[in-house]
Amino acid sequence: MGLKTLLTTHINATDSHTLKHYQSVGGYESLKKVLSEMTAEQIVNDVKNSGLRGRGGAGFPTGNKWGFIPKTDKPKYLICNGDEGEPGTFKDRMLIERFPHMLIEGMAIAAKAIDSHQGYIYIRGEFHKGIRIVETAVEEAYKAGLLGKNILGLGYDFDLAVYSGAGAYICGEESALINSLEGRRGHPRLKPPFPAVSGLYACPTVVNNVETFCNVPHIIRMTGEEYKKIGTEKSPGTRLFAVSGHVKKPGIYEVEMGTPMKELIFDICGGIKNDKSLKAVIPGGSSSPILTSEEAMTATMDYESIASLKSMLGSGAVIILSEEADLVETTYRLAEFYSHESCGQCTPCREGTHWVKDLLHKIKKGEGTEKDVELIFSLSRNMEGGTTICPLADACVMAVRPTMTKFKEEFSLRLKKEVSVSH
Amino acid sequence: MAYQFSQESEKRFQRLIPQFPSKRSLILPCLFLLQADKGFVDTEGMQYIADRIGEPVSLAHVHGVATFYTMYNKKPVGKFHIQICANISCYLAGSDSITEHVCSKLGIEKGETTKDKKYTVDEVQCLGACGFGPVAQINDKYYENLTPESIEKILSELEKEG
Repeated sequence: MGLKTLLTTHINATDSHTLKHYQSVGGYESLKKVLSEMTAEQIVNDVKNSGLRGRGGAGFPTGNKWGFIPKTDKPKYLICNGDEGEPGTFKDRMLIERFPHMLIEGMAIAAKAIDSHQGYIYIRGEFHKGIRIVETAVEEAYKAGLLGKNILGLGYDFDLAVYSGAGAYICGEESALINSLEGRRGHPRLKPPFPAVSGLYACPTVVNNVETFCNVPHIIRMTGEEYKKIGTEKSPGTRLFAVSGHVKKPGIYEVEMGTPMKELIFDICGGIKNDKSLKAVIPGGSSSPILTSEEAMTATMDYESIASLKSMLGSGAVIILSEEADLVETTYRLAEFYSHESCGQCTPCREGTHWVKDLLHKIKKGEGTEKDVELIFSLSRNMEGGTTICPLADACVMAVRPTMTKFKEEFSLRLKKEVSVSH
Repeated sequence: MAYQFSQESEKRFQRLIPQFPSKRSLILPCLFLLQADKGFVDTEGMQYIADRIGEPVSLAHVHGVATFYTMYNKKPVGKFHIQICANISCYLAGSDSITEHVCSKLGIEKGETTKDKKYTVDEVQCLGACGFGPVAQINDKYYENLTPESIEKILSELEKEG
């Protein structure tokens, strides 16, 4: 366990984003292999055998997702979700800027697996540099016959276009992303029907994260069986962890799944900034429930271990909070994020996230009371568990309630104690 | 003269058309073209987009889309749009002091534009560069690991630029 490179092996090459470099290290060989030797079913099975789980947040098995695509005459669409926006998460930007051809190759392989002939790479609009790099890479791939009609002369057609988001976190949710691609507000859709049946333009659609697609060429190159030997049994492979906050060496680290969190924080990231003690860790993006330092020291970086602590590995964003962190302030900032990003469709989310934010603002200013704390808990119960179309309201609750429960004293200290007045 | 796409935007518009089976998908890219031409999205430009795309897209629909997304400026912004991330990782790295520093240097509050229309300062929610905080986006470019000294230097370079 520990550092292990699969996706980031050539991170130090200054031209890692070019076709020339990518091909010089074996790039597009996997695409050649699937187009000349494998059937769609064989590709799906290989990815299923690898045990690859989606790297966007939910961790759903990728091969199974591909397997849900019905065999109909309708066009099938393939979408890359590069709308990275969860606070703490910054891994996909690096992949987009440094390894765009790995992403394109992964998508072209996935296209054959689901019989898609049109794909879109949806990238968050703020990533201007990344968008330009991917657009250039797509052009390079077209010129080299790796995209378009009759790829490599092997009889498969696949077109790929880049689409820029316009600043809405909710478009990271797949059905909101689909609406956005269709030229609408990024409102999540009711499910079912799931995108596999009725997605983009009401056709079968697969949406995968950037990191998920980047794993695919490696799985094909080494076979699913071999890939599964990396990491843990239920969480195979490597994972990019984006570490930020109070740590000496923040950054993106590729490690084998199952690496102890302690090793990631103290050995790989150099320990806590200013040699302070560790107070807490948010293990998988801002919506993953916070872990105390004691919990963090027992955790390993895989889906099951983090789930056993009632949190999530999510987007692989690890936020480190030292004893210097003001958890009332950080919780307020997260609530502010969710209230800002609520799309406004569902009342519990639209009203709840704003209300929770306002109450936390009162508490952080030292003007809150026990009743405000109780109200946050009461509101939380109405915001979770399927009361809304998508999980944004749940995400807000998960970012707020566990912190208020586990670090109750820190919140209590900020409260204005209510004084009963006798007349 | 009524607004129409600039030559460059028209070229890009023509390249976009074959990429989508539905012309409605052109709305978001078209709003970016409008913003590139005018600096912000206005009713005249949105009406033009609705007309270019045609049925069933109306001005109301384009307006509804434009107001949903934060990257479309609904009013003019300064020549340099300074957007500073204020969310958790950047906050932990000291983004508040960067915002204060920039605002006091320019003599404006968050959300305001300087009188000479050169700078607009906004606080934004997560720029997706959390390991390199504090982070600011100025027009198309990211500036990472900011300190009051480094942002001071960036501001004086912008001043020279324009």
